[in-house]
Amino acid sequence: MTSTLESNQKTADPLVRLTNAGKHYGTIIALSDISLEVSAGEVTCVLGDNGAGKSTLIKIIAGLHQPSEGTYEVEGEAVAFSSPREALERGIATVYQDLAVVPLMPVWRNFFLGNEVSKGLRMDIAFMREKTKEEMLAMGIDLRDVDQPIGTLSGGERQCVAISRAVYFGAKVLILDEPTAALGVKQSGVVLKYVIQARERGLGVIFITHNPHHAYPVGDRFLLLNRGRSIGYYEKSQVTRDELTGLMAGGNELEALSHELEAAGGASASVAAALSEEVGELGLAHDTDGQQPSSSHTTTPPSTSA
Amino acid sequence: MTDTIEAAPPPQLDERVGRRSAVARLFARPEAGALAGAIIIYVFFFVVAPPFRNASSFSSVLYVSSTYGLMAAPVALLMIGGEFDLSAGVAVTSSALCCSLFSYEFTTNMWVGVLVALVLSLVIGFINGWVVVKTGIPSFLVTLGTFFMLQGLNLALTQTITNQVASPSISNIQGFNSAQKVFASSFSIGGVNIRTSIIYWIVIVAIATWILLRTRTGNWIFSVGGSAPSARAVGVPVGRMKIALFMGVGLLAWFTGMIILFQFNTIQSGQGVGNEFVYIIAAVVGGCLLTGGYGSAVGAGIGALIFGMVNQGIVYAGWDPDWFTFFVGALLLGAILLNTYIRRRAEANR
Repeated sequence: MTSTLESNQKTADPLVRLTNAGKHYGTIIALSDISLEVSAGEVTCVLGDNGAGKSTLIKIIAGLHQPSEGTYEVEGEAVAFSSPREALERGIATVYQDLAVVPLMPVWRNFFLGNEVSKGLRMDIAFMREKTKEEMLAMGIDLRDVDQPIGTLSGGERQCVAISRAVYFGAKVLILDEPTAALGVKQSGVVLKYVIQARERGLGVIFITHNPHHAYPVGDRFLLLNRGRSIGYYEKSQVTRDELTGLMAGGNELEALSHELEAAGGASASVAAALSEEVGELGLAHDTDGQQPSSSHTTTPPSTSA
Repeated sequence: MTDTIEAAPPPQLDERVGRRSAVARLFARPEAGALAGAIIIYVFFFVVAPPFRNASSFSSVLYVSSTYGLMAAPVALLMIGGEFDLSAGVAVTSSALCCSLFSYEFTTNMWVGVLVALVLSLVIGFINGWVVVKTGIPSFLVTLGTFFMLQGLNLALTQTITNQVASPSISNIQGFNSAQKVFASSFSIGGVNIRTSIIYWIVIVAIATWILLRTRTGNWIFSVGGSAPSARAVGVPVGRMKIALFMGVGLLAWFTGMIILFQFNTIQSGQGVGNEFVYIIAAVVGGCLLTGGYGSAVGAGIGALIFGMVNQGIVYAGWDPDWFTFFVGALLLGAILLNTYIRRRAEANR
């Protein structure tokens, strides 16, 4: 696991690197021994079911909490953020699920809310409208009317406004908290497109999700969490989508569940059969016990400096 | 054949957003409904009430409108910011009473009383805002409390100090004339007498509109009313903003109080009760949502104009003034239905 520290000698230090980080709340261990990194032009996906420790991890990276153990480095420099604002100043921006937008306000007013550009007493509205349109276009959305209330945009487009807003105001690393969770299939696709767009613009992206189908196409690395622990950290070349799905579903847990249902008998038995069949298909039973080699960094990350 | 049918739409164009005509754009503005209503009501009284047609009586319509419109503007801003002020009506009377009683009892220059009243009004606004922000109790309840407290204070203190139900005449106090000149004078254009409060009304509406639409402060007002948690998340000082809005209502309550006081040189201690609803109705008719985050100061101005036109129009038409409140209620109901419809379209279009 310490090999991470020696890797990337040629390339610049990663934008964000957590090494053996953990977080305790009193006697409760929310997160332990997590290592993760993201460099410019890369997407690191954090996968895990509810309660796996994803939000604790976000809070550490976003500066809301400090890790109780391990180190947190930004561009190679150890940091201890005491507030999200400090993290923001270092270019680490978090886009939360509720997006922090005001539905009834026009898109451009939302885009610049809290960071309005003024000329003397009055706002420079022409500039802000134009910039909003430009930035949205750079993300691939052609807004016909920047004056339309942001509530009239689709969920995916709103997500895009929040992302491009973070990018415009100097984000180098974007933390996206379940951006596809509340979206339909098509809208999720739209958001994934923006994730790729942000990567192409040279940002580091930490993409938190519980859906391996969303993570796999866009991710360069995958960190899998379960019960506050890492159950695997892979480069894309080391893992297939099915393996990822199986790990996410927690192969052995699924199997245990199928036994349990089988024992219960009746209608549950058929469900159990289906489950165990699925476990078989994914070829995972018992494979996930113990720690996966979380960093066999022989492969260098496919970093693109766009 | 199938090729032409399945031709892809031009790239980068959102197929879900249709084109809107200029008329549709106008009607998407919050004050559009109020403007249409004002025109209809003007034409209506123009037809049924002959005195309504001459300029001098319309000047008095404007004067009545201005006494409500001066308050409707800051009340609209407060409502856009997501809060109510039910104490606004009696706060006007409190300010006028404070000014006249202070100068009269302490035999000071009129302007000292004017300044003391200003401080009092701002303090009332601050207390309303501070309690709402610190406790998180709905402003409807907080200001309902201060409304009754102020109403009681107005009556009880005036009775205790003067043994009357009205403030004594202040026209002999030094500085009265200059204060009257500032707050309650009039001028004439083409033989029509026009009160300065009408000009103040228009200026205040213009300033409020400018703040709302052209400044950072305006952006913040919309955001604290539209979604306070979102506003807080991007660094808008939500609490300070709301307190400032309550103090804005206080400021204009003082100004309106001075206009009324120097117009009549005395004020009834029970006056102003019920006016808080007139201000809120004017704001709602003008397009403000009760839930905050949406509205217009111009709309509130038009709302006050509608109120003034109906108020005077009924008199000019020779009808029983008892019908007045019925009309106002119907207007309010109509406006709310229209606004709800508009907001649904703005929010739920996916």
